[in-house]
Amino acid sequence: MDGSQSGSAGRADYGRTAIAAGVGVVYFFPVIWMLLAAFKTRQDQMATPPKLIFTPTLEHFWAAFHRVSVDGSQVFDTGLERNFLNSLGICFTSVLLALIIGCLAAYGFARLRLGGRDYYMFYILALRMAPPITAIVPLYFLFRVTGLGGSYTAIILVYTAFNLPFAIWMLRSFINELHEPIEEAARLDGSSELTILRRICLPQMGAGIAATAIIAFVFTWNDFLFSLLLTSVDTRTVPVAMTRVVGADVGVDWGVFAAIGTIYLLPVLLVAFFLQGQLLRGATFGTVPR
Amino acid sequence: MAVWESVASKATPRAEREEAVPTVASAAPFIGPALVILCAINVLPLLWSIGVSFYRFRADHLTKPPRFLGLDNYVDLMTDAGIWEHFLNTAVMIAASVATQLVVGGLLAFVFVRPFPGRRLVLMLVLTPMLLSTVAVGTFFSLFYDPTFGIVSAIVRPLTGEPFAPLGTPFSARLSLIVADAWMWSPFVMLMLLAGLAGIPNYLREAAEIDRLSPSRRFWSVTFPAIRAVLLLALLFRTIESFNMFDLIYTITNGGPGVATESLSTEIYDTAFVLFETGRASALGNISVFVVIVLTRLYFQAVQLRKKAL
Repeated sequence: MDGSQSGSAGRADYGRTAIAAGVGVVYFFPVIWMLLAAFKTRQDQMATPPKLIFTPTLEHFWAAFHRVSVDGSQVFDTGLERNFLNSLGICFTSVLLALIIGCLAAYGFARLRLGGRDYYMFYILALRMAPPITAIVPLYFLFRVTGLGGSYTAIILVYTAFNLPFAIWMLRSFINELHEPIEEAARLDGSSELTILRRICLPQMGAGIAATAIIAFVFTWNDFLFSLLLTSVDTRTVPVAMTRVVGADVGVDWGVFAAIGTIYLLPVLLVAFFLQGQLLRGATFGTVPR
Repeated sequence: MAVWESVASKATPRAEREEAVPTVASAAPFIGPALVILCAINVLPLLWSIGVSFYRFRADHLTKPPRFLGLDNYVDLMTDAGIWEHFLNTAVMIAASVATQLVVGGLLAFVFVRPFPGRRLVLMLVLTPMLLSTVAVGTFFSLFYDPTFGIVSAIVRPLTGEPFAPLGTPFSARLSLIVADAWMWSPFVMLMLLAGLAGIPNYLREAAEIDRLSPSRRFWSVTFPAIRAVLLLALLFRTIESFNMFDLIYTITNGGPGVATESLSTEIYDTAFVLFETGRASALGNISVFVVIVLTRLYFQAVQLRKKAL
């Protein structure tokens, strides 16, 4: 990739590249394995020693979305595309909601008059840290009582609430880094707080909002537990659908599982490559400054 | 851009003339929506589960009125020897897993702290595990640990001559989980350490170089003070997350063999959704929330500490 780039010592540190590449392979091994399994035929998968050179096949990708009846005459949908659309829709909506509501709250906590700010921030953090399972047991009943059980509204609300503490912490840390006198000037000039947030703060926070969105997206995209217990067949997301493949009839169809995993991994892989800087900030709830 | 420039130039003289402290509006309308959602989805359920934990309440017998038990659910849990043994197991597993993550993460940071050709690409490879869906990770690890087809068994078999089942004994099952957890999260520790290392001011680095400090001296007087705070954050954050661990256990060992790898989360899941002992599950949930609040308090304190250090 960056082969021509040189280290800070003035010359390229290829020794370090070699070590790091070794480490990288160890970490990437299961992913490579998954990518290979997704494109191997069943026979190739079973081969010992494992085949590295083989004719790639797309049959598993087809099989992930279609199911052939026992006598081979009919083809059914597995409904996986619905799971993918669910994942996408639920993720985008809840992340967007968390960003909007989180921005407002972060601005309130960072800049406006409020007693006991530290207490709020602490309990908001504690809500995020609490074991998700403890919230799910009561939510399960709450949604059943209100008739929201298994609906999009329910799962989107849950993910929004789950991402909010993180969004508030992150965005507040970014607002805290902004130059305050400009805002004060606007305030003296009679701008409303909402205008200050919208016209002065937000335009400077592009990178921070991106970082928050990415991390919240990865959390939601990969979540399993909430989706397992709070969605219905219609609103189920891909991670739960994946486990159905594993549990299905005659043993595990690893090819199909790997194919689904591969498609599901793509957006995340792009994030890991292009947005490393944002990840660094986001991994720490914004508590480690740039 | 133009908006704030003009605003700034206009406002400065007026601010001087009036010498007024800017009146800051109340934060209530801004934090209101967030608090409403958090109360509805997080706080309300918590109150509900505190209430339910005082009752004998079974989710599969909704028509039967819940029976008031007072603190019996808690007393039951506290006097259950199995639960205590089980807590101890969980604690040992968390300690081993987090320690592994810190050590491996530290070594990773040591490799990745300097620039080298292809760093961005290799960093992507290393960061991928923590971005993967835990279900996919868990399922693939369960395949690697399979006694017949798994790669671990394939490596061990020629040495011992027997098929090896990593998930067969309590000890090896725990070790298998720790490996999977550490594989997934050590890059996260590395990320935090890299962030801490990036905060070392250049003049300190240069001074250490000019003074020809020995590597160990340089580590203890320049590097370690810079990463001490993030190390603490990483430790606490990973401890809390390991405490909440569910997906990996659910997909790799499902708590087994026996109950050797059950965590608090899987125990609550089983109590609530397999045994339908909702009252008891809520009591256990409240105990774990309490533990997490204590840990979060420490985390919060560490954050404040770090803010002061900067």
